[in-house]
Amino acid sequence: MSTTLSPSQTSLKNAEPTSNPFGEFLQETGALARRLFIQLQRRPSTLAAGIIQPLMWLILFGALFQNAPAGLFGNDISYGKFIGAGIIVFTAFGGALNAGLPVMFDREFGFLNRLLVAPLASRYSIVAASAIFIATLSLIQTAAIVVMSAFLGAGLPGIPGLAVMTFIVLLLVLGVTALSLGLAFSLPGHIELIAVIFVTNLPLLFASTALVPLSFMPGWLQWVASLNPLSYAIEPIRYIYLHQDWSLASVVMQAPFGEVTMGAALAVLIGFALVSLLLIQPRLRRSLA
Amino acid sequence: MAPAVLIEHLKKSYGTVEAVKDVSLQVESGEIFGLLGPNGAGKTTTLRCLCTLTEPDAGAIEVSGVSAIDNPRLARQKLGYVAQEVAIDKVLTGRELLQLQAALYHLPRAFAKERIDSMLKLLALQDYADKKSGTYSGGLKKRLDLAAGLLHQPDVLVLDEPTVGLDIESRSAVWDFLRQIKAQGTTVLLTSHYLEEIDILADRVAIIDRGKVIACGTPSELKDKVGGDRITLRIREFAPVEEAEKARSVLQDLPAVQEVIINSAQGNSLNLVVSPQSNALSAVQQALQAAGLPTFGIAQARPSLDDVYLAATGRTLLDAEIAAASTRDEKKERKQNMR
Ligand SMILES: Nc1ncnc2c1ncn2[C@@H]1O[C@H](COP(=O)(O)OP(=O)(O)OP(=O)(O)O)[C@@H](O)[C@H]1O
Ligand SMILES: [Mg+2]
Repeated sequence: MSTTLSPSQTSLKNAEPTSNPFGEFLQETGALARRLFIQLQRRPSTLAAGIIQPLMWLILFGALFQNAPAGLFGNDISYGKFIGAGIIVFTAFGGALNAGLPVMFDREFGFLNRLLVAPLASRYSIVAASAIFIATLSLIQTAAIVVMSAFLGAGLPGIPGLAVMTFIVLLLVLGVTALSLGLAFSLPGHIELIAVIFVTNLPLLFASTALVPLSFMPGWLQWVASLNPLSYAIEPIRYIYLHQDWSLASVVMQAPFGEVTMGAALAVLIGFALVSLLLIQPRLRRSLA
Repeated sequence: MAPAVLIEHLKKSYGTVEAVKDVSLQVESGEIFGLLGPNGAGKTTTLRCLCTLTEPDAGAIEVSGVSAIDNPRLARQKLGYVAQEVAIDKVLTGRELLQLQAALYHLPRAFAKERIDSMLKLLALQDYADKKSGTYSGGLKKRLDLAAGLLHQPDVLVLDEPTVGLDIESRSAVWDFLRQIKAQGTTVLLTSHYLEEIDILADRVAIIDRGKVIACGTPSELKDKVGGDRITLRIREFAPVEEAEKARSVLQDLPAVQEVIINSAQGNSLNLVVSPQSNALSAVQQALQAAGLPTFGIAQARPSLDDVYLAATGRTLLDAEIAAASTRDEKKERKQNMR
């Protein structure tokens, strides 16, 4: 072995460690994401379940409110048409919320040490890899929901609409993934993480505009729902579904504190993602003692 | 030239547990350095501090002159760490794990491919490279872990109990591997609580006990320093203390006997240090007979590293392990150590 290696050995040792931090960040992120995709590929049932579940939501929720008085959710809007946006966001949210679990298991099995003793350009590559993975899954799920909704008669947004929807899903996934990983680095074990996921998931769903419009809610819940980041993802997507004409200036939500435009909602989501990323920085940085 | 590893007055506590009280050691470039100590001595904590996994409370750590505390990234580059517990992803194949490892250390693609192939060959893993590592035996998993630790050609390979739990064959394979990489110029720092392992493998050894280095040197230096031959004596299988004390006072007066230690953890057996090449053995037996004491078992030997440990701490490594085992909360530590 020594004979085959010695020439390259010298070339490697001479390489500056911080020669190209961004290239290194991409390299480690790509490798970490690849691992997640290999795992998914070898456990395809996870993917299948992840696609079937939102489709079942779509069908069941649509059926549940089939006999609601016409016009209840707005002029000429069936509940099936209304609920699609909620399910897209809720599905992406649930996936991202679980992003911390694999990292937690890596911690528990000691695999994370392998990453922490390596000279990573930044530990954000662990976040980035998870976000890429979850985002890909979420977009596949979103596509399935969009197609299914179209079949159920909810119509199909145009290309710009789909692009904005994609953007929204990505922002939400990035922010929630970061928070979930922050928890995975902070909580003592997977039991605790699962508990947090459990108490966060459904309450945030019910305290958002996913299932019913803001106007159905009592005043206090309107406040909660219009402070819930999920609503800022749901309402723009719903607006795109329900209106042919939309722009960044379209009012997508009548919050108790005023009107929220499409542009404002996107800004809130961008802010949410950035704050989440900043929030977990100390956890990532700290030597995990 | 700076030493491969320099640790000075390292200190680390977990709550009220002082895992490492004061550890200083210097590993020279190109040597195999052994850290020997019983369970709970602070070996893993020392290595975790070195490898930047744990932040020390105090002390200095340098890898080839680079401070692991001020410049952890550069230090990480110079170190390869093989943890006490094998950490592989069961779903990945051996080759995929090494590919991941290569990217984490930013090896250029072509170089990584060549390097992975040669590491697989070096550790005789070619036949298993493309099977999921979850199907590997314990020995194979350890070999894969070693391959990963060495993949980026670290200056120093740090191994925490590399042979614990392995069968004899796998163990000697690991030993061969370590000798081989030493021959290629890699510095090796390993921990162990197997005396023979350190004796056979290490150029130099530091014996660590309860968070402190109690002896350091080459194995033969240390053994010479304790001096004398050893006699292990049992009056009875379990002798009462008074009887052991009586035997000690009788034996202490013999000219060939330098020291007598009562080992209460071993049924009050007696450990004697005697002048080498003397007829101490028969002198001891005669003295016991004259004092009316029985002999259950007696044996003479050259000093071992265990005697070095015994001389410094008054107990044998094995006893220390047994004592440590009863006081540790493995589950709690595992949790806390898991990142
Ligand atoms: N994360 C932790 N939290 C609390 N106590 C710890 C932790 N890690 C280690 N300890 C304690 O620190 C001491 C030293 O532990 P360490 O793991 O360094 O010993 P060791 O020499 O590696 O032992 P072993 O041979 O069993 O691996 C022990 O008393 C242990 O109980
Ligand atoms: Mg240990």
